[in-house]
Amino acid sequence: MRLFELRGISKHFGAIQALSNVNLNVDAGEVLGLMGDNGAGKSTLIKIMAGNFRPSSGEIWLKGAKVDFHNPVDARRKGVEVVYQDLALCDNLTAAENVFLGREAKIKFGPFSFVNFPAMYREAARHFAELKSETRPRDLVKQMSGGQRQAVAIARTRLSNPDIVLMDEPTAAISVRQVAEVLDLIRRLRDQGTAVILISHRMPDVFAVCDHLSVMRRGTVVADKPIKQTSPEEVTALITGALERA
Amino acid sequence: MNATLDQVAQQKEHTPLRALFANQPFWVTIALIVMCLVMSQVSDVFFTKDNFFNVTRNFSFIGIIALGMTMVIITRGIDLSVGSVVGLSGMVTAMIMHAGHSWWLGMGGGLLTALACGLVNGVLVAYLDLSSFIVTLGMYAVARSLAQVVSQNHMIYEFGPDEKLFTTIGGGTVFGIANTFIVLVVLTVLVSIALRYTPWGRWVYAIGGNEHAATLTGVRVQRVKLSVYVLSGLLSGITAVLLVGYQGAAINAMGTGYELRAIASSVIGGTDLMGGAGGAYGAFIGAALIEVIRNSLLLAGVDANWEGTFVGLFIVFAVALSKFRELKSG
Repeated sequence: MRLFELRGISKHFGAIQALSNVNLNVDAGEVLGLMGDNGAGKSTLIKIMAGNFRPSSGEIWLKGAKVDFHNPVDARRKGVEVVYQDLALCDNLTAAENVFLGREAKIKFGPFSFVNFPAMYREAARHFAELKSETRPRDLVKQMSGGQRQAVAIARTRLSNPDIVLMDEPTAAISVRQVAEVLDLIRRLRDQGTAVILISHRMPDVFAVCDHLSVMRRGTVVADKPIKQTSPEEVTALITGALERA
Repeated sequence: MNATLDQVAQQKEHTPLRALFANQPFWVTIALIVMCLVMSQVSDVFFTKDNFFNVTRNFSFIGIIALGMTMVIITRGIDLSVGSVVGLSGMVTAMIMHAGHSWWLGMGGGLLTALACGLVNGVLVAYLDLSSFIVTLGMYAVARSLAQVVSQNHMIYEFGPDEKLFTTIGGGTVFGIANTFIVLVVLTVLVSIALRYTPWGRWVYAIGGNEHAATLTGVRVQRVKLSVYVLSGLLSGITAVLLVGYQGAAINAMGTGYELRAIASSVIGGTDLMGGAGGAYGAFIGAALIEVIRNSLLLAGVDANWEGTFVGLFIVFAVALSKFRELKSG
């Protein structure tokens, strides 16, 4: 049984066909790379997997059962967490508040709930430590570097212990050391049995950490193979269209 | 030496003292204290019990409304209808009592009217995604017009059998402190606790900071937005019933201009019109500062017409100051 499968997913926006008959699958403990040039349909596909859009046709299967994501929160509840390209952070809140946004740790006094700040600071600090990040839970996100902001966004996905984590260009805007740490984290997620789908432009990162690779061009999947059976040159040719299929 | 997890969790960018100096309401408090010290030299009426009583009572009306305004502005909205809602709900209260009903029926009617206005604002802004400026501008016009219709342009000054009790609530004192001031202080504490320490409070700030992110993480954005407009309406209603009680009379022009004074109080107290920043104490101290300026000008013998100039200059100065501090620290 595959953990997560997209079967024949198509999506059109009016007259524009964004995705045509996309098949994708990923297993527990596997890292799937998703590559393609701008406009290939990667973002649309991620939004469908995350529950932001419904597919025009096709099915999504999770843990052997067909699922329908009504919205991102629904998808999260069913086991899919996402790190968005713009990270979806609130600059005016602290790192811990951002990690726990919408899922705050609470102390109840009768009908009233109060935020359990000490617990959140401790938990957030633990997640940041696991990510080997220097992010401090009490600091405002506004004052953070790209790598620290990335850590906050990734820490957020750890809260629900998801089956699948989708990452949209996680290494795009961070330092070299942070890239190595994010890739390490992806490996750790994989070792814990989480499935990771990594969208990335960066060839070295994809080849460093992925087990399997899907290449998209103009809304269709033009290649779907284990990383060992392909090369950066072949992938580049697939993305640009120099190579039709592989 | 490696830090333990707990040590890292405790670390902050600012020390508590530095955080205080970066805080706008702190500086407004200092300005207020300085102004009071100066005025105590200029006029010997300033520090009298009577003057203190007048000042605190006067700014309480605006202060209560400013609390609601602050919450709305933090979510990157605005509520231009508060003054008109004061007029309408005050009028409803007055008319219910004038018809001979009890004080709590009168006050209840007024508060419900205000709540209804807030609800309409909130539904249009939160669920229909209409601009808060436009929606509350519409309510500003509609509520004032309804106040005129309901009152038929009469002034009401007879409040039926419960008149004495009613006017004591709005105009009376407890141990020499004006009732309205006590209400303001209690409400300031409640709003402050809610904004700082509850999940709802975090969501209010999150919506102001990045509404899209709040939606993606599962915050019930529409519900929270609705709640701040309802609260703004409710607080306007509370001011209305206190105001009518204090004045002992109700006219449909009550509350005219209150929206701008509430916005001014909020902004001086550190609330950012772009959303995501501000607090209850800021609204309180902003309202206090404006009233003390007004009172000081009066006692110093300055022509009352200059009041607007001074208040306007203070607003611009306060915003410029917060911008300057932001640039320095950023």
